[in-house]
Amino acid sequence: MDIHEYQAKELLARQGVHVPRGGLAYSPEQAAYRANELGGSRWVVKAQIHSGARGKAGGIRVCKTDQEVSEAAETMLGRRLVTHQTGPRGKLVSRLYVEEGVDIAQELYLGFVLDRKAERVMIVASGSGGMEIEEIAEKEPDSIIRATVDPGTGMQQFQAREIAFGLGLETALISKATDTIMGSYRVFRDFDASMLEINPLVVTKDGQLLALDAKMSFDENALFRRPEISELRDKSQEDPRETFASDRGLSYVGLDGNIGCIINGAGLAMATMDMIKIAGGEPANFLDIGGGASPERVAKSFRAVLADKNVEAILVNIFAGINRCDWVAEGVVKAIREVGIEMPLVVRLAGTNVEEGRRILSQSGESVIVADTLAEAADKAVAAWRAVKSKAA
Amino acid sequence: MAILLNETTRVIVQGFTGKIGSFHAQDMLKYGTKVVGGVTPGKGGQTHLGLPVFNTVKGAVRETGADASIVFVPPPFAADSIMEAADAGLRLCVCITDGIPAQDMMRVKRYMRRYRFDDRMRLVGPNCAGIISPGKALMGIMPGSIYLPGSVGIVGRSGTLGYEAASQMKALGIGVSTSVGIGGDPINGSSFRDVLEYFEGDAETDAVVMIGEIGGPQEAEAALWARDNMKKPLIAYIAGLSAPKGKRMGHAGAIISAFGESAQEKVEILKECGVTIVPTPAAFGPTVASTLSGARQAA
Repeated sequence: MDIHEYQAKELLARQGVHVPRGGLAYSPEQAAYRANELGGSRWVVKAQIHSGARGKAGGIRVCKTDQEVSEAAETMLGRRLVTHQTGPRGKLVSRLYVEEGVDIAQELYLGFVLDRKAERVMIVASGSGGMEIEEIAEKEPDSIIRATVDPGTGMQQFQAREIAFGLGLETALISKATDTIMGSYRVFRDFDASMLEINPLVVTKDGQLLALDAKMSFDENALFRRPEISELRDKSQEDPRETFASDRGLSYVGLDGNIGCIINGAGLAMATMDMIKIAGGEPANFLDIGGGASPERVAKSFRAVLADKNVEAILVNIFAGINRCDWVAEGVVKAIREVGIEMPLVVRLAGTNVEEGRRILSQSGESVIVADTLAEAADKAVAAWRAVKSKAA
Repeated sequence: MAILLNETTRVIVQGFTGKIGSFHAQDMLKYGTKVVGGVTPGKGGQTHLGLPVFNTVKGAVRETGADASIVFVPPPFAADSIMEAADAGLRLCVCITDGIPAQDMMRVKRYMRRYRFDDRMRLVGPNCAGIISPGKALMGIMPGSIYLPGSVGIVGRSGTLGYEAASQMKALGIGVSTSVGIGGDPINGSSFRDVLEYFEGDAETDAVVMIGEIGGPQEAEAALWARDNMKKPLIAYIAGLSAPKGKRMGHAGAIISAFGESAQEKVEILKECGVTIVPTPAAFGPTVASTLSGARQAA
């Protein structure tokens, strides 16, 4: 789960990380008011969306008068901002963060990730901030400093100090940098983050160390014990199809194709999508219905898939382990009648009691295309989708 | 022989009296697994499914001589249960639980390192389907009927995709020595590489099928290890060809976040290491069959 920049900064500030002064605004008037409240002669208006690279997309504007602040806010609010991280649909700007302008002397990079190879929290830092870490890795690979944290003892002061010296900071800044790194680590650890990026972390001309931008993601498996993080969820930043599904307890990812997928198990779901692609089609979604493919869950899944208006055919692929196929088949038939499906539906069942399951489907009187194997299911789904397409054309 | 699990393995169930633990314990008993008891703190002294319940893993080990445990404990408490199993001196722990926080798993992995390598418990999972040594024993949630006893090892992240592979093999009369689900979490117990090493040392395994997916470095690490150390044929499939970057595909660990983590990139690395690639998820059966007959001709 992602949060906004201003929320991440709030969490960081609580642990002693210095951030520029700023305020939230929902309207141009409020933005101008914030600028006056902050004082000074230069402000930065920042669109709050769950994406990096906002600057290039016009989501960050430096302003010299409150009139400019208000105008910048006017152009940003209510717009969908498209960055290379948001996809073509972009993300809606409904909140702005107005910050005091800062005189930058040096830009640094500070990141925390869960390193899967080391199986530890890894700190990544570089003296070449301001560009994305991938770009730093490509252009200035030698500038990157890495350190891992022993989960038994947590991060130690000396590790933060080593990084601070490694960044080539002046002696006067070392203790500030150490505090910043330790504070950021505590935020990461205490809130079960999966990613924390301060880019850039800046040294100002008057010798301060400030987190100018902050990005955070959290481990969804840990949200049960982090209620204050759950509260920061902003559904307007999510794909509405995914919000619909996640509100119903389904694991769903929206894609750009036309063949809706309902599958049990994440691996089989990915493999079925692959098979659709190999057969010449494009999957509309990833959907893992989970272990118990109960009639209620099947019906919910159909609704989630149909919420995507691009869907023109549906493929159901259930490998019944714990459940029996006959029970799953009954659920599918019940769901078809309840939801009402007016497009080709291919169902492939496998596993326990498969014959009985197929019999229930074919005798249901519903127009279900039954498939025996994974390959057959994908071929039939793609063929059915093509038939719909050519009829429409 | 099989790996990790056979008919002599003495298994306790952690989270024994819960609904899920009970359900699968019965299934495992039916399959012939030597389930010798279970652990539910506070219910020690009771009898469940005709077997003794203990308050602690150490108590269960002392009374039953168990050497392995399977964990069905809910996510907030599962990491603690795994560490309890490690501290009780068990040889093997399979954790089925889905949804354990990653930081908890980091602590589990760190905790396990307090024991010397030779004494260290082998952890399989979490968020996995478990282990089956067909015809011998089941420590997991997979349907036993889709596995034919035989000589091909299976190791994969996903449950149902593993079932798909096993059933395609069964349809061609190809059996399985052991199937191990290592789970879909970013930080897990045994890695692909670990399990390949067990299979390489198993006299009853002739070839291994590895079922990977997008995200993380484990498939590439395993392939590099296999290139330098493995004599048995290795056949692999990587799921997620059509998965977009930066999106989590169901499994907590199935997300492309770095270079080399997409299905295409992993397949390239595997090919370079001499691994036979299953071209589509419908081709597990035929690819394994042709690899086995090729290996036989070469021998």
